[in-house]
Amino acid sequence: MSAEGQPAIGPLLTVGQLTKLFGTFAACNGIDLEIKPGEIHALLGENGAGKSTLVKMLFGVLAPTSGEIVWQGQPVRIASPSAARRLGIGMVFQHFSLFEALTVAENIALSMAPGISLNRIAEEASALSHSYGLPLDPKAHVADLSVGERQRIEIVRALLQNPKLIILDEPTSVLTPQEADRLFETLNKLKAEGRSVLYISHRLEEVQRICDRATVLRHGKVTGACDPRRETPSSLARMMVGSDVAHVSAEGTSTKGAVKLEARHLSAPARTPFAVALKNICLKVHAGEVLAIAGVAGNGQGELFDALSGEYPAATDDVVRIADKPVGTRGINARRLMGAGFVPEERHGHAAVSALSLSDNLILARSQSDRRAFLGGGVLGLIRQDAVKSATRRIAQAMDVRKSGDNPPAGSLSGGNLQKFIVGRELDRQPTVLVVNQPTWGVDAGAASRIRQALVDLAKSGSAVLVISQDLDEIFEVATEIAVISEGRLSDIYPAAELSREKIGLLMGGMYGKTESAETAHAH
Amino acid sequence: MGIFEAILLTVITAATPLVLAAVGELVTERSGVLNLGVEGMMIMGAACAFIATQVTGSPYVGILAGIASGALFSLLFGFLTLTLVANQVATGLALTILGLGVSGMIGEAYVGQSGIKLPQIVFPVLSDIPFLGPLLFKQDLIFYLSIAVVVGVNWFLFRSRAGLKLRSVGDSHASAHALGINVIRMRYLAVMFGGACAGLAGAQLSLVYTPQWVENMSAGRGWIALALVVFASWRPWRVVAGGYLFGAVSISQLHAQAFGIGIPSQFLSALPYLATIAVLILISHNRRTTLINTPASLGKPFVPDR
Repeated sequence: MSAEGQPAIGPLLTVGQLTKLFGTFAACNGIDLEIKPGEIHALLGENGAGKSTLVKMLFGVLAPTSGEIVWQGQPVRIASPSAARRLGIGMVFQHFSLFEALTVAENIALSMAPGISLNRIAEEASALSHSYGLPLDPKAHVADLSVGERQRIEIVRALLQNPKLIILDEPTSVLTPQEADRLFETLNKLKAEGRSVLYISHRLEEVQRICDRATVLRHGKVTGACDPRRETPSSLARMMVGSDVAHVSAEGTSTKGAVKLEARHLSAPARTPFAVALKNICLKVHAGEVLAIAGVAGNGQGELFDALSGEYPAATDDVVRIADKPVGTRGINARRLMGAGFVPEERHGHAAVSALSLSDNLILARSQSDRRAFLGGGVLGLIRQDAVKSATRRIAQAMDVRKSGDNPPAGSLSGGNLQKFIVGRELDRQPTVLVVNQPTWGVDAGAASRIRQALVDLAKSGSAVLVISQDLDEIFEVATEIAVISEGRLSDIYPAAELSREKIGLLMGGMYGKTESAETAHAH
Repeated sequence: MGIFEAILLTVITAATPLVLAAVGELVTERSGVLNLGVEGMMIMGAACAFIATQVTGSPYVGILAGIASGALFSLLFGFLTLTLVANQVATGLALTILGLGVSGMIGEAYVGQSGIKLPQIVFPVLSDIPFLGPLLFKQDLIFYLSIAVVVGVNWFLFRSRAGLKLRSVGDSHASAHALGINVIRMRYLAVMFGGACAGLAGAQLSLVYTPQWVENMSAGRGWIALALVVFASWRPWRVVAGGYLFGAVSISQLHAQAFGIGIPSQFLSALPYLATIAVLILISHNRRTTLINTPASLGKPFVPDR
């Protein structure tokens, strides 16, 4: 069923002047794209560049406003995902495509033609997954699987359709370096079989490593089509961002001061069946230091953040110390009053209330810690709108938050701009301790470099900063010290200069350092 | 027939409408829609079934009228919540209030009339089995239907491809949409199945339980059915267990009151609720199973971004 019988030279897929309007906003504006049989084609671009909209149109999830799609020389209208699958287009989604409550086999069955028994699907999936080196247990519930295993389901699900073109949406953003290597092997195998791959990413090294050609998008338009191997990372980045990306400078952060944030043998049971228990976590963050905690999603990062911030306080006081005072059982506001600041992972619904204005979101976070500045009227606690609004403007200016109007609802900002505001909201207080979870998740390169520089600058000014991140590039940019969290355990803390990506990859896979034996020795 | 058998017969009669309404609501909720209008659909089913029976003289026409009225009434809910994307909780509550009002109005002329009881269907041979025979094989059509519906729903949800699609829609409507499943159509069908089952449960009340029309005769059974679905962690056979347990305790507390046991009657009246909650909490104490079975998109509106 592969490309035999087709003229080998003709393109597999040609997209001409494809446009998608949401109201008056053009998410995709006259996109041209050509994919040849048997090539790995990169689609590069920042968040909001229109990559997702484009592939949704190719996979029949969104209907294009205008333009044409030509498949193997024939103009086609792809009305639905099943129509796309019939043509021979498979898709591996980044998010929102697996059903956690269903088993692996059930998830796969949902995208297969009806009439095939679940047992046969399970057998085929198991056989196929092994032949591509992506082993899967068809009876396991998705909720119990790691992110890497979940991605395997998506890939196997797409491969079972025997597609000619496979679209992968940011596949490595959730993988360890070793898992990513294995994925690249699979992709090369697919290429050798004559299948084409459309590889969406904003990671330049990967694209240069595995892709034959690249199309770069910015603001919904094609800004470049090139052979990524002949470009430099900075020339590709310029096509993506439109200007040079500021380089984060971590110089001058090596001076160590007193310990500002400490966890001593912090353990916490899992609160839900899908959560991770924290096991005997010990860490120290000194003034002037940026400690980055690496790890693959779902290994206890959220739980560690909750314990450090006081969202779910610990059972005893001494397990968390801020500025050398025990705070383990105290709540968030008590810790904030001691000079700590916290930025959780989810922007909407956790760090900010989407429907409320920026100034309301500011007062929600800082009504206790900056009571004197923002509240008046003594016990009444009336909000001093002028003070809150001017602080909002100050933060927006300091972090270059681009917004419509003076004080719009948080939900109207793009992800990157809202994240800049949320981080800026804490930085504005000059906290002595800052704990940030995934500071630049889903944020474009420009905003990300701004946020990272702000974190580094805060440490330089003598605060202790703890960054929890899945992004190794980010970690190496900001960190002075690095530790890795895996299954709720924290590795030893290493100076950033002494760790290689490979070492971090091993630690992510659960090869703990000597911490545990040292701790048991210590306990005697 | 011994006294024990007689009590069990009344338990079955009391439990059947709960099981029917709850299994219907279970299918609705498995698709991700929370329809709090079960009580309203049930009472509409009761009224329409009774009226149709009185008009045509056939309780079987009454059963059809009950099913149809429940399904049609739920279609109103579906239109409001699925097409117009109204709030499901508020719409469900309004449906209950509307159902109680409309049924009282259309049934006013029929208050006090003596109805026609749904005849028993006797399976020869099988009904001669001592003890079990009369209980299981000398029953009315709605009882047999209730068992068939539970078996069918269980098979549909966990064995058929369409049932898998329905569960996927309830687990994550965005993913289901991305796979090309028609989320809205699936939910319409699930809502109407829930309505039909509630209507049938209502028909049981006015044709079997007490063959007459009394305003507000569903007496909160729709709410019990809703609670049963949650406590049974969205598994059909647990709904049956919960429904029969509730029926059993409510009947036995009536007998206890009749015997004049020295326990305050208020406490005895509360007993069915307490016992059902206690047992179902025990059944659903395994939080992992509960989470796996809980439809993650329950009550969340779906608007495709087209």
